[in-house]
Amino acid sequence: MTTIPLTTRPIRLPRPGTVVSLLVTGFVVVAALAPGLLTGDSPTAIDLTATLQAPSWQHPFGTDDAGRDLLVRVIYGARESLGLGLGATALAFAFAITLGFTAALAGGVVDAAITRVLEVAFAFPSLLLALLVIAVRGPSLATSIVAVGIGSAPGYARMIRGQVLAVRQAGFIEAATALGHGRLTVIRRHLFPNAMRPLVAVATLGVGQSIVWASALSFLGLGVAPPSSEWGALLDAGRLHITTSWWLEILPGVVIVLVALSVTSLGRTLQHRLGGAAR
Amino acid sequence: MTTVDARPLVKQATLLRVENLRVAFGGDEVVKGISFTARPGQCLAIVGESGSGKSVTARTLVGLTGAGSSVTADRIDLAGTDLLHTSERAWRAVRGRRVGFVLQDALVSLDQLRRVGDEVSEPLRIHGWGGRAERADKAVELLGSVGVPEPAVRARQRPYELSGGLRQRALIASAIALDPPLLIADEPTTALDVTVQAQVLDLLAASKARGTSIILISHDLSVVARLADEVAVMRDGEIVEHGPAAQVLHEPRHDYTRMLLAAIPSEHTRGTRLSGPSTVERPRRTIDRGRPVLEARHLTKVFRGPDKVDRTVVDDVSFELFGGETLGIVGESGSGKTTTARIALALLAATSGEVLLHGEPWSALTTERRRPLRRQVGVVYQDPHSSFDPRWSVGRILTDALGTGDRPPRSKAEARERAVRLLEQVGLGATHLDAVPLRLSGGQRQRVAIARALAPEPKVVVCDEPVSALDVSIQAQVLDLLTDLQHELGVSYLFISHDLGVIHHVSDRILVMKDGRIVEHGTAADVFERPRHPYTRQLLTAVPRLGAS
Amino acid sequence: MSAVIRVVFKTVASLAVIVAAASVTFFAQLAVPGDRANTLMNLQTGQDKQWTAAELAPLNERFGFDDPVVVQYLDYLNGLLHGDLGTSYTQKRPVLEIIGGQLLPSLTLTGAALLVAWALALGITLVTVKRGRFLTGLGTTWEALTASLPHYWVGVVLLVVFAVQLRAFPIIGGTSAWGSVLPVLTLAIPLAGFLGQVTRDEFEQVLRQPFVTTARTRGMSDLGVRLRHVLRHAILPAVTLSGWALGALVSGAVIAENIFGRPGIGQVLVTAVNTRDLPTVSGIVLVVAAIYVIANLLVDLAYALIDPRLRTAVAP
Repeated sequence: MTTIPLTTRPIRLPRPGTVVSLLVTGFVVVAALAPGLLTGDSPTAIDLTATLQAPSWQHPFGTDDAGRDLLVRVIYGARESLGLGLGATALAFAFAITLGFTAALAGGVVDAAITRVLEVAFAFPSLLLALLVIAVRGPSLATSIVAVGIGSAPGYARMIRGQVLAVRQAGFIEAATALGHGRLTVIRRHLFPNAMRPLVAVATLGVGQSIVWASALSFLGLGVAPPSSEWGALLDAGRLHITTSWWLEILPGVVIVLVALSVTSLGRTLQHRLGGAAR
Repeated sequence: MTTVDARPLVKQATLLRVENLRVAFGGDEVVKGISFTARPGQCLAIVGESGSGKSVTARTLVGLTGAGSSVTADRIDLAGTDLLHTSERAWRAVRGRRVGFVLQDALVSLDQLRRVGDEVSEPLRIHGWGGRAERADKAVELLGSVGVPEPAVRARQRPYELSGGLRQRALIASAIALDPPLLIADEPTTALDVTVQAQVLDLLAASKARGTSIILISHDLSVVARLADEVAVMRDGEIVEHGPAAQVLHEPRHDYTRMLLAAIPSEHTRGTRLSGPSTVERPRRTIDRGRPVLEARHLTKVFRGPDKVDRTVVDDVSFELFGGETLGIVGESGSGKTTTARIALALLAATSGEVLLHGEPWSALTTERRRPLRRQVGVVYQDPHSSFDPRWSVGRILTDALGTGDRPPRSKAEARERAVRLLEQVGLGATHLDAVPLRLSGGQRQRVAIARALAPEPKVVVCDEPVSALDVSIQAQVLDLLTDLQHELGVSYLFISHDLGVIHHVSDRILVMKDGRIVEHGTAADVFERPRHPYTRQLLTAVPRLGAS
Repeated sequence: MSAVIRVVFKTVASLAVIVAAASVTFFAQLAVPGDRANTLMNLQTGQDKQWTAAELAPLNERFGFDDPVVVQYLDYLNGLLHGDLGTSYTQKRPVLEIIGGQLLPSLTLTGAALLVAWALALGITLVTVKRGRFLTGLGTTWEALTASLPHYWVGVVLLVVFAVQLRAFPIIGGTSAWGSVLPVLTLAIPLAGFLGQVTRDEFEQVLRQPFVTTARTRGMSDLGVRLRHVLRHAILPAVTLSGWALGALVSGAVIAENIFGRPGIGQVLVTAVNTRDLPTVSGIVLVVAAIYVIANLLVDLAYALIDPRLRTAVAP
């Protein structure tokens, strides 16, 4: 699991990736919304005559120990994996925007207090913070969302605070004040939109990160449990057969990496387009 | 270097000869066939505005034109060495030893992480001069020779611990470490205060007197006047005029040179237009000497630094600004002039003292009570780039500003019509309504900034270095625009600048600031012709001039 | 003088953060839904039912669950001061004892991975930054790819390829040097990609700085400029991030230890989370947090050695 500190630079991909990224992301979104469009088979159809089959034309990703088609399971897993990514990112941003904006705008004691809280949160490596949440609540889909959300919120909060402070320094804020606009007007019309603009891209990056994160929890057997075909759960289930059936482990992994890379690349492109508001 | 030229001293007095130099980036030709020569003990100045190709020319002379460039010439010859067909290895032997190069001072022109002494002696090390201890001594000696006080101490410090002037001296010390016969200086005084600028020019003059050939690159004709024997004026990659300094500066033959010279604001240009053909005197506008529009009483501002030491940035500053008048505040960096402007705008609270608007409280009001009065005080900043919300179009910016005035537009159509009228007033037009400021040129952006300031029909406009980031010809247009608008609208300007020429050109009365205090104030004529304070006199002697004309 | 004050100030701040972190782990233990004694009894007996107060009394007595929260909190902090991290619910042994032997292998793994990552990142950056389209493209693609690879997938691929298929390395490596190669690479490869990206961005930016031009005009060679001037600037951001990277490495170590069956706190932690043995989880999280905070403090202080600008009293 790699967690890139989003306060600095996110992943950079060469240009031609954008088209591929769009295709991959589109495919995953379709799989999540209507998996039936992509495959006619059922993800739970057990075929004990065809267990642990290597990839072939019939089963492009091979089959698992119950003879279930792995590709079909991956397609049906998209909903949970994507949902996890989106849910966790939304939760993290809800926290982060509240904390970041409050700190930057209130300043003084409030800012100092929030900054201290974030500092303490930073003392915990993200995975450990997530594991602590799971230990308290017990593993489940909802717990994974909360765990990943809480694990990544401090980084975003710090970034948002910095962003707001930077925009506040910008000349156009003072220019608007000098024109006679009130503080709230300036915040609403200049500060908020300019501080939020780069966040759209960061949130996109965050979804990719969260998918990877959540699957790592499942991989450790601490996230969504195996009957589910969430991608991390697939990995966890495949570990039993790692010495004999490599595809159970490698191929879902490839899918996760591909999706994470695509979403990240799109985020990067967005970031480029939107540009930083300040400086 | 052993360069035995077989030809019998054809042009003995020529050190560098460049013929038909062309430089292109991709398909874009930025230097279009220029020729010049440099002679020992002489200074050739290459002058031009941004984008003229002067800096590219300078870099080409040390083989550092940059990636993706193609350089062609009939000849580039440095004392018998052909620089046109030179390997990278051979270039390295030339740079630093036979050609010294001085960049514009920026905090980062020297490596921040290394000691000044190491930076100065680096050419010595690269070219294998002496041992480590010897080089360290030589660095101190060099720093001393360029007038750095306590050179031994300075050599152990890092660049960020030195002032801009000292850093520029260190850069020069490094460039002349191996006493190269040719010294190229690219805008060596641009970021410096006027008094320091004069000292650095003197340093280059001393080098010239010792027989070094100097090529001085500058955008500023008056800086060049102090040093140059020969001047080449560049525009769009071509030399449009080239000749002895006295002739080019005082009897220019080319229209462009004339335009450049006319655009320089100074004591001679008061009351005349800087841009355009007319240099007709026009009557000064009438100033209403009744009640001041804006009045500052004993302003003092103390900042507490991170080291818990208080610094008085503005110290007991008082002034009055009357209707239709321009009050200039001039001072070097750190003199407190911008802080004064921000206090006058009530964007910064003074530690003590008060600002009155039309004799009524202004700075003492609460934010809520002051807001409705803000429309009467406009502002134009130096950097219009950051003073516009990057998401907003010119039209939206102006409509927003119009809405804050006394008579906000009642309909979209009216707002648009008035925005267009404002744009026309500042020399732009309806075509610019949908433009985003970031995509406009520097001069256009500053026009939009002026239009925005004028939209609410203010009585006072605070101009904080409004033309400092502009080329001289654009600066001339913007200054003319400001003067025209004052005639038309009768607004008062509080005009902040570091440039004495600009201040002299626009101001009715002048305040000279130093270290937060007003050291001299009076009418423009008084301050410039009969300065009483030694600092003002020092400033005035340091100002680069074209010389008696 | 100011340097000493800075060090003292930062150390005190770090200690405060550790105490605050301890509070977080303490309240996490309180946050478990349901009665703690009841949950504990169920855990220990393997049943799932509501116990009577009398049955729970000995447990309450032993763990002090009936004391006011403040008393429990102070007891906890006091225990920490004396090196007592609490008692495991499942193993009924002191947490410190459980963690003790497992800490060193994990730290060795993390430290080795950091070194290898730096070596890889610097090597690749120096060879490929601004060196023509092909080499630079190769470098950036490699970094973009590796930086976004999840640790678990790198580990699994390395395991399948080198241990299962090629049999070059043992599948279960233990803590031997040979067996540590794959776990170290698992952690180092993604980190190297990330550090490489950061260093390359900075490198390219520094190469455009005026002082680089100044150095070139003195006759310095391209390689000389890169090594003498640019490199030192370029590694600064990556050094700052190394403190942070330790956190990612610890997270990765938990996963790598799991994949390669390597002893370490990762294994213990995953088991403890599974059995919801909160004292053990809290203990490990707290110890790691403390190590992490101290490491970051050291990085912070070391930073001043590379960047003299931070040594002066007033920041530039």
